[in-house]
Amino acid sequence: MTDAGILTRALVDPSTTQNFDAGDWTALIAMARAEQLMGSLAHRLDGLGFLPEKVAQLCADARRFAEHARRQALWEAEMSRRVLAPLGEPVVLLKGTAYVAAGLSAGVGRSIGDLDILVSHEALDAVERALTGQGGWEWVKEDAYDDAYYRDYMHELPPLIHKERDRMIDVHHTVLPLTAKPTPDAVSMIADSVELENGLRILSPADMVCHSAAHLFADGDLAGGLRNLWDIDQLLRDFGTRDGFWKALGQRAERHQLAKPVARALRLAEALYETPLDGALARRGRVGDALYIRRLLARDDWGRETRKFLRLAFYIRSHWLRMPPLMLIRHLWTKWRKGQN
Amino acid sequence: MKHEFRVRVGPAGFRIGSDWKQPIDQLAALYSDYPAPDIPDFTVRLFAQRPWRRFLRPSVMIGGDYMLPDAAPVSLAHGLLAAEMGMNLQMALGQRRYLLLHASAVERDGKALLMTGHSGAGKSTLSALLGERGWRFMGDEFVLVDLSTAVVHAFPRLVSLKNEAITLFEGAVDADRLGPLMRDTPKGDIRHLQPPTDAIAKMSEPARPALLLFPRFGHAPDVREVGEAEVFVRLTQASTNYVALGEAGFDALSSLVRTIPTRAVDYPDTENAVASVERLWMELAE
Repeated sequence: MTDAGILTRALVDPSTTQNFDAGDWTALIAMARAEQLMGSLAHRLDGLGFLPEKVAQLCADARRFAEHARRQALWEAEMSRRVLAPLGEPVVLLKGTAYVAAGLSAGVGRSIGDLDILVSHEALDAVERALTGQGGWEWVKEDAYDDAYYRDYMHELPPLIHKERDRMIDVHHTVLPLTAKPTPDAVSMIADSVELENGLRILSPADMVCHSAAHLFADGDLAGGLRNLWDIDQLLRDFGTRDGFWKALGQRAERHQLAKPVARALRLAEALYETPLDGALARRGRVGDALYIRRLLARDDWGRETRKFLRLAFYIRSHWLRMPPLMLIRHLWTKWRKGQN
Repeated sequence: MKHEFRVRVGPAGFRIGSDWKQPIDQLAALYSDYPAPDIPDFTVRLFAQRPWRRFLRPSVMIGGDYMLPDAAPVSLAHGLLAAEMGMNLQMALGQRRYLLLHASAVERDGKALLMTGHSGAGKSTLSALLGERGWRFMGDEFVLVDLSTAVVHAFPRLVSLKNEAITLFEGAVDADRLGPLMRDTPKGDIRHLQPPTDAIAKMSEPARPALLLFPRFGHAPDVREVGEAEVFVRLTQASTNYVALGEAGFDALSSLVRTIPTRAVDYPDTENAVASVERLWMELAE
């Protein structure tokens, strides 16, 4: 049965595509698009002499897409900077916007959706007022339950969208829902962050990996997981040769109570992307790893999701991780009742 | 997927997969003269939302490489429309090689007449009609402006005839060229028309844009000049990827606007419209 293994192999070693026929290429492109990895793939394949003309064309298109995503993300970051700079509070860029702002390999060809920023919990009210006041952002959904839910239990404000530019901003004050078991130390993440030329900040290398791993394994249902794991692979390749990086990663992972997700991220990155690792941090392989890999690669040659039951299991798991059982039941009950109206 | 069809329209190749045979058979019949790409640009998927909806009140979800988050399904009777919508969606959301204008186009002597306007303005009907009367039909939905050479490329997919326009062609063209009549779609009654043979044979030949019209159906005959700034803004609104193309899109669009003669044309009926198009073409197209 086909799965996204041809995609991960092509990303690691583009020469694996050398003997591809038209059907293989068609499948590879459909999978890469579905996993939001077409831009990254297009950069990896750039310049290879054996690409069919159509594939070279589609790769050039994808690089154009990514260039636009990069420009738009940086502009959106700049727009938020102008509104928030007067507050004098540190504003840390997260995820895709941080990668392109810092010129990291993970940003090359990456698709970028919302703008994600991290601010301190104390600054949250002021940031919210500035964004919704002169900033021009407004609430996406006017729903009392969702709004209260975000404010009481989540690690971010309810999503805001800009009135004119139609772009979303997620304002985080920590990196995992407050109801999740691990409690990462957001204060020290902000304290350790690194300032960019324009005054915006990015997480330290070790925290960046911790955040990415938390996002992938301690929060979501692995939707978009191959892309997030590719981020981690690229971050580790950028940072892994720096002095003291692996030691810092171990320390920060412990401090943020994220040692297990980070270890999992390292093992799976190595398994799927052949990431060079410092062995001790990855810990010993666990039985569950094989299930994660099956879930991450669950995509067919039409770009469709496959392995429905496994997907459902990870979806349920994501809610389980997010909140304690009683709360989960109350949450799903409220959501279900609202769905009935 | 269970059923599959491939077709190349102008420069864009499609692979359409379907849980049902019917839409694929209809596509194969109407696109019979078109080439099939070995590596398509885009994948479109027509699928059942739930497994049992394949058989029970079958309804078609439209998916593909590029998707809208909250797209509503259509009934299987409108499956051909779903396939066309899926293909258009890939172009609108995924095309970055050309500046995409929501416009129709016909060609004569290597020069292109472009027509754009709101839905219902008659640009589609008019282009199909001219395609039957000595012009080469280039497309009724999208015109692809080349980013480096300023020529326009044809995208002659099936003409989507709507409501009153359907009767204009029934009886007038070979019955084989017409698809099934689909009633009560979200856009009213729709019937697809296969473009003329020469439109398909010459679909890889670009043309130089020579005249731009903003037609408006259902008004007393009138022709007005339109200022460059207004033309520019209206074309940015008619483009699905102008913003995404950045500077390249701006350059292509501004050079088009600066060089192409443009008029707004009101017309009470199609015969009147054809006559004023021919007249304006004689006067203005260089």
